[in-house]
Amino acid sequence: MSGSVLFDAPGPRARRRMVWINIAATVVVAGIAVYALVLLDRKGQLDGDLWQPLFTANAWENYFLPGLRQTLVAAGLSIVTSGLFGIVFGLGRLSASRTVRVVSGGVVEFFRAVPVLIMMVFFYMAIPQLDLVSPKDLPLVAVVLGLTLYNGSVFAELVRSGVHNLPRGQREAALAIGLRRPQSLRLVEVPQAVIAMLPAIASQLVVILKDTALGAIITYPELLAAARRFGSGNGNILQALLVAAVVFIVINWLLTRLAEALAGRVGRRTAGKARAEAPSMAVTAGVED
Amino acid sequence: MDDFTSLFSEFDVLGAFWTNIQLTFFAAIFALVVGTVLAVMRISPVPSLRWAGSTYVTLIRNTPLTVIIVFCVLGLWGQLGITLSSDFQRNFFWLSVLGLTVYHAAFVCEALRSGVNTVPVGQAEAARAIGLDFAASARLIILPQAFRGAVAPLGNVLIALTKNSTVAAAGSVAETSGLLRTMIENRPDLILAIFFIFAFGFVLIVVPIGLATTSLSRRLAVAR
Repeated sequence: MSGSVLFDAPGPRARRRMVWINIAATVVVAGIAVYALVLLDRKGQLDGDLWQPLFTANAWENYFLPGLRQTLVAAGLSIVTSGLFGIVFGLGRLSASRTVRVVSGGVVEFFRAVPVLIMMVFFYMAIPQLDLVSPKDLPLVAVVLGLTLYNGSVFAELVRSGVHNLPRGQREAALAIGLRRPQSLRLVEVPQAVIAMLPAIASQLVVILKDTALGAIITYPELLAAARRFGSGNGNILQALLVAAVVFIVINWLLTRLAEALAGRVGRRTAGKARAEAPSMAVTAGVED
Repeated sequence: MDDFTSLFSEFDVLGAFWTNIQLTFFAAIFALVVGTVLAVMRISPVPSLRWAGSTYVTLIRNTPLTVIIVFCVLGLWGQLGITLSSDFQRNFFWLSVLGLTVYHAAFVCEALRSGVNTVPVGQAEAARAIGLDFAASARLIILPQAFRGAVAPLGNVLIALTKNSTVAAAGSVAETSGLLRTMIENRPDLILAIFFIFAFGFVLIVVPIGLATTSLSRRLAVAR
């Protein structure tokens, strides 16, 4: 975003004025930051005693790293299961059978409209009644199921819109060399659609990773829960939450960069249009194209 | 069927949904204001404002909403003693609104920026050519068209916000996801019925927003 057409290349007077506006804006932004720090200091939140425990082996070995591990476990499992869900229902929405299309469409639209937390709480409460899962694994299973149904539906939409965005010649060529419709879909169209959608899929990984934090609400011991436990034990909840936020930001920022890099590269690998989307909110309903 | 209707008399289902709607309503208005300011900062000629805007968006967009809401309640209220209402329960409500606002303002900003990108460069050039400065061309030419172009993404933000209002449960607000839990604890025999009440409740709220913003975005789209 250059935005340069919105204003002229500045002349000498405009440039001088710009310097002043820039200085004033810097002072205001920095002033807000300084004011926040002064307020924190007045509350004693900048005391070394509160920050020092964050840099001990105990904090990382017993709290932050195990929490991060649980976060990554939940996110990793959810990515795999959402991918499978997405492929199955994405193909379902493209099926030649009207019934399969309608059912898949209904499932996808339903799970995109229901809040992820509602699904997690439901599974957390419902699974013990079935007596299938050991109580120890219950929170993880509930988190993964909730994330899978929502993000799998998003992936299904990505598969579908990816196939729709392919040039029609791809299917025509597949049919011309004697493939059937399902074969053309499976061997020619969906693989290209998935490649074209790789950047958008990478962006969605940010959403999955962020949403694992909902697990803290249903007692899953992920990073946020670990930070809360550490913070309330040491009386430095503010600082502990900051550590959790920084870890999330760093990982997600790297994933965002990956998505951007992928968008630049995959364009050459497919007839579809590659597009990188900004990492969206926990949820995005509504048809995207 | 009697069991089913007794659920509504026994538990305040509509009240819980009303809390989510209120959370959504206030957070949507505040996030629209903050997000618009951020979007103007990000397209402005002042480098420090651009930098501040994009830093805000990058940081907030990559932080889980749950962390932000827990921070608002345990950090702002628990540690710093900031209260937004003298009423104990209401205080949690407003702290959650604050968290939802901070989070979704970043996405409103992104939606508006995508709206700005739908305005052809020629429009900006024409605005400059007739002598409008940045403020005037942003106010009169770019933003009005950007808002019209951003209706669909803004609708997506509103839908996300509606669903994300359930995360206020992390901020001790009595809303749907908390009530879902209480109801299942008390009536485990009706577990599926209870789930579908809440699931379809959200479908009923979310689908009309989606349909309305989609048709609005078609109607408002600037023909090019």
